[in-house]
Amino acid sequence: MIKLYCFCVFAFCIHTNAIAQDCIYTFKGKITDFHDSTPIVGATLNIININKYTLTNSKGEFEFKNLCENVLTIEVKHVACDSKKIVINLTKNVYKEIFLEHHLEELNEIVVKSNSKTESTSIEQSLNEVTLASFSDKSLGDALNTVSGVSSLNTGNTIVKPMIHGLHSSRLLIINNNVRMFDQEWGDEHAPNIDINANDRVDVIKGANTLKYGSDAIGGLIVLKPRKYAKKDSVFGSSLVSFNSNGLGGNVNSEIIKTYKSGFYGKLQANYKQFGDFKTPNYYLTNSGIKSLNASARFGYNSFEKGFDAYYSIVDNEFAILQSSHIGNVNDLVESIQNDEHRVIEDFSYKINNPKQSILHHLGKIEAYKRFKGFGKLTVQYDFQINRRKEFDVRRGDLANTPVIDLRLFTNSLQSDLQIDYSDNLRINTGVLLRYQQNDAISGTGVRPLIPDFDKYEAGIYTIGNYEINETTDISAGIRYDFSSIKARKWYNLTDWNETFNYDELFSEFETGTIDNTRIFTNPEFTFHNVSASLGFVKQFDNDFSLLANYGLASRMPNPSELFSDGLHHSAARIEIGLLTINKEIANKFTFSLEKNSSNFGFIISPYFKQINNFIQLIPTGITTTIRGAFPVWEYSQVNAQIFGVDIDFNKKINHQLNYTGSLSLLKGNNTSEDIPLIHMPGTNFSNRLSYTNDELNKLSISLTHKTVLQQNRYPDYNFYTFNPILQEQVFVDISATTPTYSLFGLQTSAVFKTFKTGSLKLEFNIENLFDTSYREYLNRFRYYADELSRNFNLKIKINY
Amino acid sequence: MKNLKSIKMNTIKLLAIFFIATLTFSACSDDDHEDDDHDHEEELITTVTYTLTKGNDAVTLVSTDLDGLGGNDATFNISGPLTANTTYTGVIKLENATEDPAENITEEVEEEGDEHEFFYSSTVSGITINKTDTDTEGNPIGIETTLTTGAAGTGTLTIILKHEPTKPNDNTSTNAGGSTDVEVTFSVTVE
Repeated sequence: MIKLYCFCVFAFCIHTNAIAQDCIYTFKGKITDFHDSTPIVGATLNIININKYTLTNSKGEFEFKNLCENVLTIEVKHVACDSKKIVINLTKNVYKEIFLEHHLEELNEIVVKSNSKTESTSIEQSLNEVTLASFSDKSLGDALNTVSGVSSLNTGNTIVKPMIHGLHSSRLLIINNNVRMFDQEWGDEHAPNIDINANDRVDVIKGANTLKYGSDAIGGLIVLKPRKYAKKDSVFGSSLVSFNSNGLGGNVNSEIIKTYKSGFYGKLQANYKQFGDFKTPNYYLTNSGIKSLNASARFGYNSFEKGFDAYYSIVDNEFAILQSSHIGNVNDLVESIQNDEHRVIEDFSYKINNPKQSILHHLGKIEAYKRFKGFGKLTVQYDFQINRRKEFDVRRGDLANTPVIDLRLFTNSLQSDLQIDYSDNLRINTGVLLRYQQNDAISGTGVRPLIPDFDKYEAGIYTIGNYEINETTDISAGIRYDFSSIKARKWYNLTDWNETFNYDELFSEFETGTIDNTRIFTNPEFTFHNVSASLGFVKQFDNDFSLLANYGLASRMPNPSELFSDGLHHSAARIEIGLLTINKEIANKFTFSLEKNSSNFGFIISPYFKQINNFIQLIPTGITTTIRGAFPVWEYSQVNAQIFGVDIDFNKKINHQLNYTGSLSLLKGNNTSEDIPLIHMPGTNFSNRLSYTNDELNKLSISLTHKTVLQQNRYPDYNFYTFNPILQEQVFVDISATTPTYSLFGLQTSAVFKTFKTGSLKLEFNIENLFDTSYREYLNRFRYYADELSRNFNLKIKINY
Repeated sequence: MKNLKSIKMNTIKLLAIFFIATLTFSACSDDDHEDDDHDHEEELITTVTYTLTKGNDAVTLVSTDLDGLGGNDATFNISGPLTANTTYTGVIKLENATEDPAENITEEVEEEGDEHEFFYSSTVSGITINKTDTDTEGNPIGIETTLTTGAAGTGTLTIILKHEPTKPNDNTSTNAGGSTDVEVTFSVTVE
């Protein structure tokens, strides 16, 4: 990319010759590039108070002769540079070396463009501020669903987990303000604890450019970024209010930003969201509301040479869990699957009853950087996160208000990144990471913890190089090594330990000798060494064509649930069992992208192929009989898997007011060990959008949107039979069948009005599920229990000031 | 400039202090939770006892699963055959035997009688079971019952406890909704 701006800094050495006469002094010097020390040719210098000009020669040198003793104000300019003023008290001959800089894009407000990538060779797509604002009262997962190749694994309609190419949870890294999120992300029904309103941009990295953040991004990376602010004295902000007919709720969001010419800046943001019970075309979803309170504060200093950024955010979410999804045993599940009738239907309410999830997430970070001339930039960051997750279930007696799951996860990391960029066409990033994590299963729940107490230590080191071969070709390569060690404290069922899993022989070293009736206390301890690597290539052709190729090697250690989970998963009516024998999974990923990016016609065709060895999956292995009745047992197991497909995006400007965009995602996931499809792979889907915009008429915009998701016909058959004692017969439990094809339409309109001097008011009116279609989605864990949402009218008012 | 440099140095120092401090803090707090990690399964029902009495004749049906979910499967025992053409008085008892003394969970069910109901069904022809107790709303709970046998025969007797069923209902667990807290099936003989 062309660096449009320059920034001027100076350093000096002064040679003196004391001559006590007027107008005989010489002011000489040299102008060089700050970061690679090359001379800058053709820079203008103007001594303003005596109106003298000169230019630098081919060596970057300049000279003013016959100057009088004076205080001189000199302005230094170069093509596309901000001018810089220097004041010199001239009492002798002076030699000055002046440094100019070409990296000013980092200092200025970044204009969000679809082609400004995190890395030139990276295969990625972005959501800008405008798109994010339109999802202000929804979740990050909903917003990402609009990106081709990205889908979501939902639990009801408020808990939305993003999925890239069919992979989610621990296989996706979510980077929030340069902090990797740790919020019990292993769980299918654990949504990322992120306030979509706190960020200005989201990048979805499908290709290989992920090493800076970890070695385990098998699915990809989601990077949320704040905006960089211009160095000027200014105060600005915005407030947004939204209201929805479905759920009779919405949100209020406000943010205010103060920037100073000196480079200091500060931002405060707060958001409150509430919804009551949502509605399907035919009934209310009893207990499906949400309450969410979020706030963030940022403070920092930004200059070319050095700066810092401090950030703190709190996300406090309370999710109601659909009443109908609370089931006791497998016969209750059978009833739900067989009855199309929704089990619990009551009138609308804002009340959030049990079952529910209540999650509080704190995230704080401080980052500081310094540039070294002729070398590069060093960034050091410390961050911490505290995640407190409470899940409440329908319980008896005094326990009704006691959570069944109460976990506190504390994570803190110290990391550095050194960017060496003195060479024009080679840039190297290298860094180290230290991380300590502690999980505490808070006692007093009256339930054995799903995830035990553990301590985890991690250390990582990486190097990534980016080399510009010529004007049109870049390559990148990187390697990363991670060490991690996890030490847990867990009680096992004695029969399971000794007989079912044979751990007494396999892992006798974990036994502590403490046995309490039917339980045995153990200290499982594992260490992992992970190596990951990436290669990237981009070639630009004429006519705005470019070709990208990425290769990535990623390896992921098993997460705590894959190792340790051991108990009943209520809404799924199954017993889930993690195994200590689970090993790390290793993926080889190939991603390609052919892109055409011009103003009136463009496309992206991006095929990919992933070979994942020792892919960890949760599959049913049998049935266990308890006093509560029968439960299927699901165990984690490892197979080899392949996922491949293609994402296609297309846009065409029909005329200066009409614009069309479309996308298509095709995906196949195979369990190659057993030669069957993988579970929970998104079906083929495509979307279209036709927009009309009229800049003269209050920036009026009207869009018609469409999305079709085809039935997933490739799924593994994990159906089974269970005995129903009432009917006295074996009944078939069809948990595998996928949901039928559905198409949704929507309408989005917006207009901007000038309200006062510098502000504006934006009105938005949208309709989702325009034709009130009744449908279910395969990737919703509650597809057995209820339909998806009905038509929704949405009104948003945003004031910028 | 100097100021900024010292800010920078201070920042780095501060970062280091933060990191060390939190490590120390969390290392210390380890002691707090090590001991109380062992949460008892407080809601666990390990034992279901259905006692049928007629004068001095008592038959007990017991299902136990002392290690709860996982581990060993539940066991089902019946003390002896039922007598044909007899009306028994039945009482059900739910216990958590992992506590010492065993916790009586029937009491909790009784207290929240309007949110619970037992359902009984048998494949032995002639067996009828009537619930004789009621909750605060006047609907049956099913802790106390009468069981009447008909002719001799063999088959099963199933007891289901539903939490938050629809009340009143048609006396079948299938249509009552709610979630299942207990589902036990015994083989019974009527002689």
